[in-house]
Amino acid sequence: MFFGESRLILGTGGANSLSALEEAIRASGTELVTVALRRVDAAGPGLLPMLDRLGVRVLPNTAGCYTAGDAIKTAHLARDAFETDLIKLEVIGDERTLLPDGVELLAAAEKLVTDGFTVLPYTTDDPILARRLADVGCAAVMPAGSPIGSGLGISNPHHIRLIRQSVEIPVILDAGIGTASDAALAMELGCDAVLIASAITRADDPAGMAAAMRHAVAGGRLAHESGRIPRRFHAVASTSDDGLARW
Amino acid sequence: MRLTVNGREHLESGDGLSVAALVERLTEARRGVAVAVNGTVVPRSTWDDARLADGDAVEVLTAAQGG
Repeated sequence: MFFGESRLILGTGGANSLSALEEAIRASGTELVTVALRRVDAAGPGLLPMLDRLGVRVLPNTAGCYTAGDAIKTAHLARDAFETDLIKLEVIGDERTLLPDGVELLAAAEKLVTDGFTVLPYTTDDPILARRLADVGCAAVMPAGSPIGSGLGISNPHHIRLIRQSVEIPVILDAGIGTASDAALAMELGCDAVLIASAITRADDPAGMAAAMRHAVAGGRLAHESGRIPRRFHAVASTSDDGLARW
Repeated sequence: MRLTVNGREHLESGDGLSVAALVERLTEARRGVAVAVNGTVVPRSTWDDARLADGDAVEVLTAAQGG
């Protein structure tokens, strides 16, 4: 799997400094981090060498694109720059909500799959759109739990579960995770991985939160694989009445 | 030769500056850099031979924190 054993993909947006980011990467145990493509004068030179040194793989994204055309061009530039077919496809419809534009997203995904990319689309929690993205050949779907950076967690767990049931490809919860329990819930709902940026990079203690998320993702995945008890309306005593003393 | 590079005016004396030479002026990095001229991707394998012309708009891009 492109996210490795870790199941936690780290978004690099929002970190205060390269050294804070480095500490968070180490503490998270991640094997895959996202980067955006920006002008060299704005970006600074240190990010890629640091990621190389840490031995993490790069997942370029099309952050900042509002049309399929822009996203497609950005993906091609990213492939040339980073020598990878992996692309996290973001096509945003609205500056305030940063919600994906499903129409542009699907068009861009279809073209990029044809161009040989491994497309990981950031999408809504709409199971129908998720199935469409799978049908055009995306390598995974990445539904949002809630808006980017909002920390609102998973607004509609039912829809995430529906998405898991609607596609065979990996489901990676991406956006809106706020704290460890959100990440654990994503894994309990059957997600294969989570992508976390702001919850870690903008936490008071990013390295601390990164470690928390690492444990949460591992715990949630194990719980998912261990067959939880059903939810019941009434109690079921855990202690048998057999051998109860009578007075 | 008048170019626009990353949104700013960039003057070069003489003609026929290669994309590779322009990139060298902006960054020491060779890996992790992508170039578009007038909105078209210029693959790294062609940088030495791709010549810029007066009026070209160039974007020289690299990895930044994001996503």
